[in-house]
Amino acid sequence: MAAPCGPDVIPGAGQERDTNEMCSKKAASLAPLALRIVAECPVTKARACDLTLPHCVVDTPVFMPVGTQGTLKGITVDQLEDLNCQICLGNTYHLGTRPGPELIDKANGLHGFMGWKRNLLTDSGGFQMVSLVELSEVTEEGVKFCSPYDGKEILLTPEQSIHIQNSLGSDIMMQLDDVVSSTVTGPRVEEAMHRSIRWLDRCIVANKNPDKQNLFAIIQGGLNPELRKACLEEMTKRDVPGFAIGGLSGGEEKDDFWKMVTLSTDYLPRCKPRYLMGVGYAVDLVVCVALGCDMFDCVFPTRTARFGSALVPWGSLQLKTKQFAKDFQPIDADCQCPTCRRHTRAYLHALLKCNTAGMHHVTVHNISYQLTLMRSVRQSIIEKRFPQFVKSFMKRMFPSSDQYPRWAVEALASVNITLD
Amino acid sequence: MKLEISRVVQGCRLGTLTGLGKTGQHSLETPGCLLYTRCASVPHLTQDTLHTLTNLPAVTQVTLATLAEHQEVLEEFKEGARTFAGLHDTVVYCSLHDPAAPSPPGYTTNKTVSVWGSGGRTELTVARFMALQAAVRPDWYQNMADGETGQENTSRKRVRKAVDRTLSHLDECLLLHQKMPELRGAQVWGVVEGGDVREERVRSARETAKRPVAGFVLDGFQSGAMGDDLRTQLLTATTAELPHDKPRLVQGVGRPDEVIACVEAGVDLFESFFPYQVTERGCALCFSFSMETDPEQAVLDSDKEKTIPEDVVQENGSDGGGDGPGKMTRFEMHLRDKRYREDFRPLVSGCPCYCCRHHQRAYVHHLLVTNELLAGVLLMLHNTAHYLGFFRALRRALAQNRLPDLKQQLLQCHQGH
Ligand SMILES: [Zn+2]
Ligand SMILES: [Zn+2]
Repeated sequence: MAAPCGPDVIPGAGQERDTNEMCSKKAASLAPLALRIVAECPVTKARACDLTLPHCVVDTPVFMPVGTQGTLKGITVDQLEDLNCQICLGNTYHLGTRPGPELIDKANGLHGFMGWKRNLLTDSGGFQMVSLVELSEVTEEGVKFCSPYDGKEILLTPEQSIHIQNSLGSDIMMQLDDVVSSTVTGPRVEEAMHRSIRWLDRCIVANKNPDKQNLFAIIQGGLNPELRKACLEEMTKRDVPGFAIGGLSGGEEKDDFWKMVTLSTDYLPRCKPRYLMGVGYAVDLVVCVALGCDMFDCVFPTRTARFGSALVPWGSLQLKTKQFAKDFQPIDADCQCPTCRRHTRAYLHALLKCNTAGMHHVTVHNISYQLTLMRSVRQSIIEKRFPQFVKSFMKRMFPSSDQYPRWAVEALASVNITLD
Repeated sequence: MKLEISRVVQGCRLGTLTGLGKTGQHSLETPGCLLYTRCASVPHLTQDTLHTLTNLPAVTQVTLATLAEHQEVLEEFKEGARTFAGLHDTVVYCSLHDPAAPSPPGYTTNKTVSVWGSGGRTELTVARFMALQAAVRPDWYQNMADGETGQENTSRKRVRKAVDRTLSHLDECLLLHQKMPELRGAQVWGVVEGGDVREERVRSARETAKRPVAGFVLDGFQSGAMGDDLRTQLLTATTAELPHDKPRLVQGVGRPDEVIACVEAGVDLFESFFPYQVTERGCALCFSFSMETDPEQAVLDSDKEKTIPEDVVQENGSDGGGDGPGKMTRFEMHLRDKRYREDFRPLVSGCPCYCCRHHQRAYVHHLLVTNELLAGVLLMLHNTAHYLGFFRALRRALAQNRLPDLKQQLLQCHQGH
């Protein structure tokens, strides 16, 4: 097993520069975070790590369920713990508006407010503003927008974002970044990239709890490799405990998406965690683990559950459709979640019509599916059989190999996995 | 099934129903309540969250209203609603209607009644009703009944017809029951009708008591159907006609004060739709029933709502009927109110439920104002726990001859002390 940030050589696909150089520097000096690399795949860039955060150790690769407003869609914190979830997300924009940072401060942070004993990651609030609020304007000062609650104009600055996140007390905070849609091109992308770097510096200065809360930088640069590289170069000079790959999964071509991901992991320091924002489809998760990412989040598994869509190794089941009315099998016979151990597809089909418990059952299953998938990925990396895992995962997910998405085939080929 | 009455205090019967379930392994203390469900699951709760509660009732109520549309599925499944719904080891009682969603009037005929589920109306003949029971395979079920006497100004003639129809439905049900192997071991509860006509109540009770039924379902006494005094008189007249050794369940009564009034009129069992209605209106039960006068209790009492916010009363209309959550009562607090925004106390201090052990009023308030699903889960857990606690306190009060103390406490709650 590899030692944390040792001088050992990184195996895997073509590093353009020696990441050991960066690893020999100390990981962010005071950060309340430690990354121990447990195993690295000798074929791909995949890695399994123990990420120690203030509230508990997180086994990576990890999927982090999203609890937007300080709650995970009808699931109690005990249920989440029972599913072995070690870290989940809260949204700064929502929580900063309701109930507000002062109140959460009084409740001993978001942990105290929602009664969650494990780790929390909060976003900067910027993304929600750009995506939810039409009238937002970005200036050097920050993001300006009209509150959907009272119509008042609000300015979210990097300092303000960190101030709120300090009140929330999350284990990982995200810098405020200048988000542009991944389909935008031209000078706006470059401007956003440079501004995100300047805002990172302001966020670092604003963090009142560098000994308790980790601040992650967000790599920007759109779909332009030169801008991405420039951003990586600048941001990795900063003493931050971790990095996120941002500005992706916003409707861009998958061909562009995976190339930006793999470029980013090539340049990111080996001894710091890499978080790919907004990614959560099973295929994307497996491919991006192969490309060297450690952490993922997405609202999809929980949102889709509320529409009765259950995730399975061969895709998904739309439980509300008639075909499941008399199907007396569990969602997935191999799934060990509380829903699959007790209930049939037919009962869930009936229950979804008149009782919210139906949604909760599917949510529990979907979270369990995501977490179990990532545990299996991790185990295969540790046991040095990750490439075989990927192959059988793809076989199970698609009826035949000619239905494999081309981008996934190419992305995996770039890290030496040839699908047959 | 055997009802052992250990004590009768001023009309109130304290007892235990023993030998319940197919192998007789369950028992239920009376006065008591059943566990309310929709489509055979407690609203908002998975089995895991439900079982954070202890001392659940041994009997679960399922309703044809929420199961009728799944008849074909249940018939193909063959093992009944308990197994279909993945329920725990519980006795299953199947009622016709959903007490929290009364059916609209005007759909009852000589030969049929209608139930309303998520898929709309299902019209039932006795044959269809019995086929459904065979598919549900309950341990207990009520006979098909014409309960359409709840409206004001229902004529005496209409009431008489309801009693006649219900008795004839009962006879048909009992006849078919014998022929259905799926219902071997199941027991029929006879429905007593009679609206607000005393003679019809007495006739319905007497006639039903002549049939081989396991217990009695007293219909038409739901909240709002008649005044409290009239209900007490009619209930007393009805239960006087019923054999002492069989249980009586009243439909549609859930408020704690009304529960006590019914118990005093000789009722043993209740449905527990009330905590669900309280949950649906974003409220938490908070009335005190401990009968202790320790200082801690005094603090608890002082937390109680002084007034019901005006907007709540208006928002919920005036009759409390329909599928809506109904009117707020004096026994609950309106957690959506902004006064709870910074209230870091549990819903009820000392409450052993999951919500009160883990969360604070401010958090539940936040979940309510942001329309988060967890609000329903946490409130349902608390309200169910609180309601079950009330029934335990009621039985304790009867055992200790302290019913007046308990009533006094509920009355104080009325007055907002
Ligand atoms: Zn499952
Ligand atoms: Zn409670």
